[in-house]
Amino acid sequence: MENKWFNILVPIISVLIGLFAGALIMLFFGYNPIQGYIALFKGAFGDLYFFGETIRQTTPYIFTGLAVAFAFRAGLFNIGAEGQVIVGWLAAVWVGTTIDAPMYIHLPLALLVAAIAGALWGFIPGLLKAGLGVHEVIITIMLNYIALYSSNAIIRSILTENADKTDMVAPTASLASEWLANTTYFSRMHYGIFIAILAAVAMWFIIERTKLGFELKSVGYNKHASKYAGMSVKRNIILAMVISGLFAGLAGSMEGLGTYGNMTASSGFSNIGFDGIAVALLGANNAFGVVLAAFLFGALKVGALNMPTQAGVPNELVDIIIALIIFFVASSYLIRWIILRFKREGK
Amino acid sequence: MEDYVIEMLHIRKEFPGVVANDDVTIQLKRGEVHALLGENGAGKSTLMNVLFGLYQPEEGEIRVKGKKVSITDPNIANNLGIGMVHQHFMLVEPFTVTQNIILGIEPTNKGKINLKQAEREVQELSDQYGLRVDATAKISDISVGMQQRVEILKTLYRGADVLIFDEPTAVLTPQEIAELMEIFRTLLAEGKSIILITHKLKEIMEICDRCTVIRKGKGIGTVNVAETTVTELASLMVGRDISFQTNKQPAEPKQTVLKIDNLFVKDSRKVDMIKGLNLNVRAGEIVGIAGIDGNGQSELIEAITGLRKAHSGSVIINEKPITNLSPRKVTESGVGHIPQDRHKFGLVLNYSVAENLVLQTYYKRPYSKFKVLNYKQILQKAEQLIEEYDVRTPSPHTKARALSGGNQQKAIIAREVDRSPDLLIAAQPTRGLDVGAIEFIHQKLIEERNKGKAILLVSFELDEILDVSDRIAVIYDGGIVADVKPEETSEQELGLLMAGSGHVKDGEES
Repeated sequence: MENKWFNILVPIISVLIGLFAGALIMLFFGYNPIQGYIALFKGAFGDLYFFGETIRQTTPYIFTGLAVAFAFRAGLFNIGAEGQVIVGWLAAVWVGTTIDAPMYIHLPLALLVAAIAGALWGFIPGLLKAGLGVHEVIITIMLNYIALYSSNAIIRSILTENADKTDMVAPTASLASEWLANTTYFSRMHYGIFIAILAAVAMWFIIERTKLGFELKSVGYNKHASKYAGMSVKRNIILAMVISGLFAGLAGSMEGLGTYGNMTASSGFSNIGFDGIAVALLGANNAFGVVLAAFLFGALKVGALNMPTQAGVPNELVDIIIALIIFFVASSYLIRWIILRFKREGK
Repeated sequence: MEDYVIEMLHIRKEFPGVVANDDVTIQLKRGEVHALLGENGAGKSTLMNVLFGLYQPEEGEIRVKGKKVSITDPNIANNLGIGMVHQHFMLVEPFTVTQNIILGIEPTNKGKINLKQAEREVQELSDQYGLRVDATAKISDISVGMQQRVEILKTLYRGADVLIFDEPTAVLTPQEIAELMEIFRTLLAEGKSIILITHKLKEIMEICDRCTVIRKGKGIGTVNVAETTVTELASLMVGRDISFQTNKQPAEPKQTVLKIDNLFVKDSRKVDMIKGLNLNVRAGEIVGIAGIDGNGQSELIEAITGLRKAHSGSVIINEKPITNLSPRKVTESGVGHIPQDRHKFGLVLNYSVAENLVLQTYYKRPYSKFKVLNYKQILQKAEQLIEEYDVRTPSPHTKARALSGGNQQKAIIAREVDRSPDLLIAAQPTRGLDVGAIEFIHQKLIEERNKGKAILLVSFELDEILDVSDRIAVIYDGGIVADVKPEETSEQELGLLMAGSGHVKDGEES
């Protein structure tokens, strides 16, 4: 019981310390932190438009958070969510722009292909790890770059003729929702959030209730005992990476079929995958926690856009503040240690 | 007034929810060996950690040479002349003996370590105490017994007058134990005092002067060893009478269950560890594998259970070859395995007791249906096993990590025995456990034998091998070098066979 509270307390304190550190930075550079944070809050929840945008931003974070958390539970560090997002995005847009089919086939097909693309991008490091013992972190980092530059090439020379972005996906493959857009003053909020919530429930079910989840966690905790108990460590490593990649691939489809409706050749990463690492950490690798953490990240990202205009805090400073919050979240280890220390001395 | 070097008076130490030490008093006389006896989890380590300054007691006081002291960190303990020889050696393998000993207190000259001088000092110290340690040898090249002597030197080099030994004989062969006892005598002759943490009653009877007993955190009292018996010590420790004689009828072996034929197994460095081993175990008998650690025991078990590939030879269970099958196939062929390293192989420590109890069966009905786990069934089974095997756990949901060693082992045994395997492999099943748990585990093994199961017992404890086995196979250098009956052999003979000098005996027989 004590443990449970502790697990909830640590992320909350991390966020508070991060906000406090951000306030110090604003003070130091002569900006009013209270105004800054009010602007942040208004930018995230000020009216239904901002709220819709926050939800829109939360959606892919839920997926990448789940992706990283899922791999974590099996003892794997999937830094490759970023690349898996990119291939998922590309695959979704590809299907969305090139196929002609009714919506009930087109949209599910686009989502499915995105998931498969992400899964395949997870399968490669999984296979190399299981078969040859190559560390998944190295492979996934490399695959991120391969995904980025290959997709740029495909956008420019296969999906278009030297254009920097693809056509918009067909309405039959789009997640965009008139209803949601209308109720949120034409934000880009789309149906994806419902799929994301479903995915979180699916992850919870797989991890906590199925035979597969039992094996994955067991392998993550103790490979030797798992092997002793007759589980196939290799199979479970590969499966964990495949399912992790599947979630990340769907995150890409949220952008491709929902937010943007197309894909742009880009010189850098989208960071949705990398932020997923922080989301997973903050959410304690738990499906429900990931949803909450993704919501916080979505709010920070969207709300921060309002800080330069309303509180005059320059963009760069906003980035620093957001980074500080993430820093303290990621260093929750440190906070854990400090709390334990306090407890011991208090007793 | 008595001449006490260390006195810990009425020590009380609490942790959230537990009283680890409650009114414990131990007084160490100069020049004595004082045993600290207690079951696992009785609070021996806590008490010693209090003495070492790792914990602060809530009540009670510590006196060194009659003066009240406050030990707030291990350095103070060191300066007061208290040294500890840990059960798990704290040595840097690629370093030499001297480098390990001076670690942290290197004698330097303008920032440069004076290794030559240190080596001389270490060698002198070693000679003075008859420790026979080569100051320039690398730790990775020397035997376990010598590594322990390096640990002793480490404390002496730091000027310890009081040496605390934590379960020092757990890793030693009978011959090495005898040597250690000699070393104790030399240390005493040089004016040192010794606290021996142990639960081996035989050692207490042999070497100790007095013995302080702790039970469930409470100080039970101190007895003069000369005026007590093994039985009395045992009942003081566990709080009830203990039977030492494992009650068993003569074995009635039936058909062969396990047949190993000309088996060859390599270890992870690709060195042959099992070299043409042959072994049979029949239904209704317990075969004990006696041997010094590192003669192929682990590789043998891993090869039988599918955790390691055999590169030639065959393993047959009930006339069905199982050589190099996957662990699950082996398990399903009727093999139960109580692994040597219960934390590494036996348990997923972060899983609950219930989850650990179904670790071998979770994929079968009724625990899983259509790939979904049925936690209700799992909990039911867990509660039944916890009850039946007396696993002391606050609840089936408690993490396995939180249980004491004895209860962790009971959980493993419950899981393995409950499946009723035809062959039960028990590797070091009682390592690090207290008498109560040992008694329980030995009884279970004998019960299974009486039910007509074949039992393969691997142990480094000769007492255990002699007590429990119906037949003893001595393993040396990857092969079985002798097959003897426990009632026809002795510890001395086994010790020699285990050291590979069994040829004399072979000659006599033929």
